[in-house]
Amino acid sequence: MSDKKTLFIDNLEVEFTDEKTVLEVIRNNGFNVPTFCDRPDLTQFGACRMCIVEQEGRGIQASCTMLPRAGIKIHLNSAKVRKIRKTILELLLANHKRECLTCEKSGNCELQKYAAEYGITDIRFPKLEEKNYLETDTSSPSLVRDPSKCILCGACVRACTEFQGHSVLGFVNRGSNTQVQPMNGRKLSEVDCVYCGQCQAVCPTGAISIKSDIEKVWSEINNPEKKVVVQVAPSVRVALGEEFNLEPGENTIGKIYSAARKLGFDLVFDTNFSADLTITEEAAEFVQRFMNKKNLPLFTSCCPAWVRYVETQHPELINHLSSCKSPQGMMSAVLRGFLGKYYPEYNKNNTVIVSVMPCTAKKYEITREQMAGETDYVLTTQEFAKMIKNAGIEFKQLKDEKADSPFGLYSGAGTIFGASGGVAEAAIRTAYNIITGEELSNVNITELRGVGANSRTKDTVIDIKGTKVKVRVVSTLKEAEKSIKELKEGKADFGMLEVMACPGGCVNGGGQPVSCLNSLIKAKRAAGLYKEDEDLPLRKSHQNPDILKLYTECLGGKFGSEQAHHLLHTEYTNKFVNSYKDI
Amino acid sequence: MEMIKLNVDIKEEQRKAQEKIKQQGRRILVCASTGCIANGALEIIEKFKKLGADVSVLNNAEKMSVIPTGCIGFCEQGVLVVIPDRKLTYVHVTEADVEEIYNSLKTDTIIERLLYVDPALNKRIVNNEEMNFYAKQTRTALKNCGHINPESIDEAIAAGAYSALSKVLQENNPEGVIKEIEDSGLRGRGGGGFATGKKWRSVYQHRGGKSYVICNGDEGDPGAFMDRSVMEDDPNKLLEGMAIAAFAVGADEGYIYVRAEYPLAIKRLKMAIKAAEERNLLGKNIMGSEFSFTIHIKEGAGAFVCGESSALIASIEGERGMPRPKNIHMAEKGLFKRPTLLNNVETFANVPLIILNGSQWFNKMGTETSKGTKTFALTGEVNNTGLIEVPMNTTLREIVYDLGGGIRNGKKFKAVQIGGPSGGCLTEEHLDMPMDYDQLTKVGAMVGSGGLVVMNEDTCIVEVARFFMNFTQHESCGKCTPCREGTKQMLAILERIVKGQGKMEDLDMLEELGRVIKEGSLCGLGKSAPNPVLSTLRYFRDEYIAHIRDKKCPAGVCSALKRYEIQEDKCKGCTKCARNCPAGAIEGTIKEPHKINQEKCIKCGACMENCPFNAIVTK
Repeated sequence: MSDKKTLFIDNLEVEFTDEKTVLEVIRNNGFNVPTFCDRPDLTQFGACRMCIVEQEGRGIQASCTMLPRAGIKIHLNSAKVRKIRKTILELLLANHKRECLTCEKSGNCELQKYAAEYGITDIRFPKLEEKNYLETDTSSPSLVRDPSKCILCGACVRACTEFQGHSVLGFVNRGSNTQVQPMNGRKLSEVDCVYCGQCQAVCPTGAISIKSDIEKVWSEINNPEKKVVVQVAPSVRVALGEEFNLEPGENTIGKIYSAARKLGFDLVFDTNFSADLTITEEAAEFVQRFMNKKNLPLFTSCCPAWVRYVETQHPELINHLSSCKSPQGMMSAVLRGFLGKYYPEYNKNNTVIVSVMPCTAKKYEITREQMAGETDYVLTTQEFAKMIKNAGIEFKQLKDEKADSPFGLYSGAGTIFGASGGVAEAAIRTAYNIITGEELSNVNITELRGVGANSRTKDTVIDIKGTKVKVRVVSTLKEAEKSIKELKEGKADFGMLEVMACPGGCVNGGGQPVSCLNSLIKAKRAAGLYKEDEDLPLRKSHQNPDILKLYTECLGGKFGSEQAHHLLHTEYTNKFVNSYKDI
Repeated sequence: MEMIKLNVDIKEEQRKAQEKIKQQGRRILVCASTGCIANGALEIIEKFKKLGADVSVLNNAEKMSVIPTGCIGFCEQGVLVVIPDRKLTYVHVTEADVEEIYNSLKTDTIIERLLYVDPALNKRIVNNEEMNFYAKQTRTALKNCGHINPESIDEAIAAGAYSALSKVLQENNPEGVIKEIEDSGLRGRGGGGFATGKKWRSVYQHRGGKSYVICNGDEGDPGAFMDRSVMEDDPNKLLEGMAIAAFAVGADEGYIYVRAEYPLAIKRLKMAIKAAEERNLLGKNIMGSEFSFTIHIKEGAGAFVCGESSALIASIEGERGMPRPKNIHMAEKGLFKRPTLLNNVETFANVPLIILNGSQWFNKMGTETSKGTKTFALTGEVNNTGLIEVPMNTTLREIVYDLGGGIRNGKKFKAVQIGGPSGGCLTEEHLDMPMDYDQLTKVGAMVGSGGLVVMNEDTCIVEVARFFMNFTQHESCGKCTPCREGTKQMLAILERIVKGQGKMEDLDMLEELGRVIKEGSLCGLGKSAPNPVLSTLRYFRDEYIAHIRDKKCPAGVCSALKRYEIQEDKCKGCTKCARNCPAGAIEGTIKEPHKINQEKCIKCGACMENCPFNAIVTK
C-alpha cells in the first residue's frame, strides 16, 4: 500500500498515491482536462498540449507528463490556461479539413467536441485551402485515412508500434509539413498493415476512420429481391450498449437480435454458434496434431490480423496456423451450405450474409480469395450502432428476443471468444473431452483470463490424465513476436498459441465503440462475457445440441470429418513482399 | 588519500612529445580549418612543402616545418599563416605569396603587405600580441586551436592534453572531481546555462549500472561554429573532458553526436579517438587504471531539433529525432533508459583546464552568476569576423568595437542578434551590458550556443525576424501543436508584413502567439522559438509599424515595399535600364527621360545597378 499524499486542484485538497502523472490525479478526483494525445494504454507523448495546467510558482505545465508531488497547487482553468487551450484549438482547426458535417467521425470527434465546448466560433487564422488538401487513402478494405484531418497527436503511430510492433505508420517531414504516413508515402494497402484498426480506435479525429459499409447494407435490406441474414460476434453484445448510454460490459444480445430484426434483417444468427463449431473443429485438429507431434504449437486462426501477420512476416510458419476458418468464416460457410435446407426460400442468388463484428480486419478477411463469396458485408459494432440510431430505434427500450434456429444456440465457450484467452479456454474444455472421453471438472481456466496491459502473455499448463500441455495466450502482435522468437530459437515449450492482435482481444477490437480513453472499459466488457459464460447452462462447445445436430445432419457425424474439412477449413499463402526493394 | 599508480607517465609523454616538436625547427602554422581550406589553405601547405619546408636545412642548420592547424579564429582575414617564434601573422595569404614568405623566413625579413591592418589605427601590425582581435581575448577552451596540428596526438600531448585525466585517475576521487566542477561555477555552454557540476552530481547519484556520457556536437544555429572549432582543432581536449566526466559520474561508454555537415570534425575526432586508444589514453583500463571509457561517433542527419537533448537521445537510439517529455530526468533514465550525462562540446572543453588549474582560477573570471569564458562566433557587419573567446563579463561594446574592429564601411550599429533562432535582438542601449546568462535572459535574449550576428543600419529588423521564424518553422520537429502550428501562423503574418500587407492587429497577434508558443511548447527550442520576434517587437516596434502603416521599409530592404523611380532631370535616355529590365517595365524613347511602369516592376533593382547616371532611386 502506497502512502497517501495530497496536492491541490483548483484550491481543493485531493489525495493521491501511486499515480504516475498529474493528469491521472486530476481524473481520479472527478476532474478532467481535454487531451488529444494522451491514451492510457500508450506511452506518454506530451504533444498536443491541451492538458496544460497552471502550477503556482512554476507556470504552465502539461499535466500528462507532470509528476504528482505533494503540496503542489495547480489550476485547471486559469485565464492563461484557457487562452492557450483556445489558441491551440484555433491553430489546429485552421490547419484542419473542416468538413465536419460530412465527416465519418462527426459526433465522435474529440476536436469537434472541444471546439464546441470551448466556444470556438471564430478562427483568426486563414483557412486551409481545398487545393492544399492531402490525398485521402481509401485503398484498404478496412480503413480510410484522410491526412488533412490529422492533428498529429501521434496516437496511431504509437498504437501501431506499441501494440503491433509493426510501425506501419510513422512521422515524416518537419515543421508544418509534418505528416503521418505509411512507409515511403505508400497507401495502406501497399504496406504490411494487418488492418487491426487500433490506429482508428485511438484517433481523436476523422483522420483515420472505418471504411463504412452501412449504405451498401441498407440497399440490400431495401431490395425486395434479397433475403438478408445477419450474424453477431461474441464481443459485440457487451460493447454496443455503450453507444446508447449503457454500461460497458452490459450484455445486450437480446436487444441486438431485436434491433437487427427491426432494421429489416430477415434472419438473425449468432456467431457464438460458429465459435462453438470452431472449437469442435480446432480442438479436433489440435488433438490430431498433438498425437502426431506435428506442426506444434498450433496457432489459432480466428484473428484475421494475426493470420495476415503470419502470412506477411513469418510465412515459413503458416503450417502452424490452424486450418480452421474463423467463426465468421465458418458461420457464412455453413449458411451458404445449409441455410436452404432449413429455410427453403433462401437460395444462392437471393441470400446476402452480413456480419456484425468488433473488428476492422474482418472487412479484410472476407476479401481473402479462400473465403470469397461467403460473407458479403462486415459491419463493425460502430457501424451497426449508427444504423440503429439512423433507423430511430430506441435501443434501450427494446425487448429481448432470441436468435433464429438452428444457428443461434451457443455455449459459454462460444461467448468467451471475445476476450483474450477465451478461444484457448474453450478449446481446452473440448480437447480434454476428445482425448479422455471425460468432462473437465473445473472449466474456469483463470490463468488465461485478463485483458490489461500486464496480461498480454498468459500461460497455463493443462494436465490431461498425466500428459501436461502448456497453452499460451497472447494479445498484441508485438507480444506475439516474442513467442515467435522463442519458437524460431527452438525454445517454445507450448503446444497451443492463441493470438489476438488487439490488446485484450476482440472486446477491445478496432471496430468497437471508442474505448481508448479509459483502460478499464475493455475489462468490463470481458467481465460481461465471462458472466454470460457462468450463467449459461452449457459451457462446452461439444455439448451444444445444435452443433451436434449440424454434424449429424450435414457434416458426416463427427468432428474433423471430411465434409467438415471441406467446408470449414481454409488455406494460407506466403504473402511476404520485400517492402524495401523499390526504395 | 592514496594515489593510484598508473602505467602511463603523462609528464614523460609530454616531455617526449615536446622534444619531437623541437625537432621540427621553425614552425610555420597555416590555418587549415574549414573556412581557410575553402580559401586555399591546402594548396598553400603543399606549396610550402614543395619549397622544402619540413625537410630543408636552413642556414645555421635550422629546420622549418609547415604545420596545418585548426582555426586561429580570425576567419575574416584567412588564409592565415602564423610564425610563432617570430610572433608574426600574415593575413589573406594566397598560394602566390608562399615563395616570398618562405624566402623571407630564411632572411628574417618581414613582408609588410601581408601584415594585418588595424582598421581603427589604420596601421599595419607587426607583433601578434598587438592585434586587438587577440589582445582582448582569453582563450581557454580554444587555447590550442590554431596552435597545434589537430591530427597529431603528440602535438596535443605536448600542449598538456591528458594531464588532467591522469591527475583525476591518480587521485581516484570522483566526488572530488564533481566538487571541483561545482566550485568552478561552470554552466552549460550549449544554451540553457544549467550548472554543470549539479548535472554531474545527479548522474553520479544514479551510478552503479551502465551509464553514458554524451557530447552534444549538433551545432545547428545559423552562424555558429564554436563547437565545430573545438572538434576540428583540438579534438583531444574534448575527448579528455568527456573521459574526466565519465570517470566522475561512473560511465564507461560515450557518444559524440556530430552533425553530418561537419565532415572534417568527424574525421579528426575519429583520428583522435583511434590515436588515444592506441596510447591507452582512452579505451580499456585507461593508463593502467580500473577506469575504461570508449567513445563512439554518431552522425546526425541534418535536423536542427536533434541538438535538443531528448531528441538527440532519440536519434542515437535510432528513433525519429523528436523531443520527449522530461518528467523523468535523463540523469536517471536517459540513453537506452540508463543514467546519462549530456553536455555541450565547449562545456567539456573547459573541464581539463579547470581540473589542472583549479576551480579558483576559473571562478575568478566572469560575473557573479556566470563564470569563466565564453566563445562566440562573431559574424555580420563588423570588420573582424571570426571566432572569439572572452571572459563572461566582457561587454557587447568591447566585442563589437574592440575585437570586432567596429562596423564595416563606417556604417551605424543597429543591433546584435545573439543566441541564434532561440535568442533575441539587442540594441545600442545594451552595448554596455556584460555577456552573462542571466542578464541576457532578462532582456529577452540568451547566450544560446553563442552566435553573434552584428547588424548595421541597412538591416531590416522585420526581415531578420522573418528569417529566423522561417528557420524555426522549417526546423520544428512537428510534434507539439504550439510550435508546429503557431510558428507557421507567425511566419505567415511576418511574410504579410514584409510584403506590405500587414495590419496593425497583426502585432498583437504576433505577441499573443509568441506567448502561447513560449508557454505551451514541449521543448526548449519551441519555448524559445518566438524570441527573435518578441525581442524585436520590444525594441524595434516602430519599424514594424512603418512596414504596416506607412508601407515603408526604413532600411530599404523589403523589396515589395520598394518603389523604383527614374529622376527625370538626371535621365539622359540612354535606354540601358530598359534593356536590362527583365520584366519590360521601363518605357520611353531614346534620348528622352524614361519611366518605370510600377505595375510591371518586379523590384529586382537591375535598372538601378545599370544606370550610368545614378538617375534611379528607391523610395
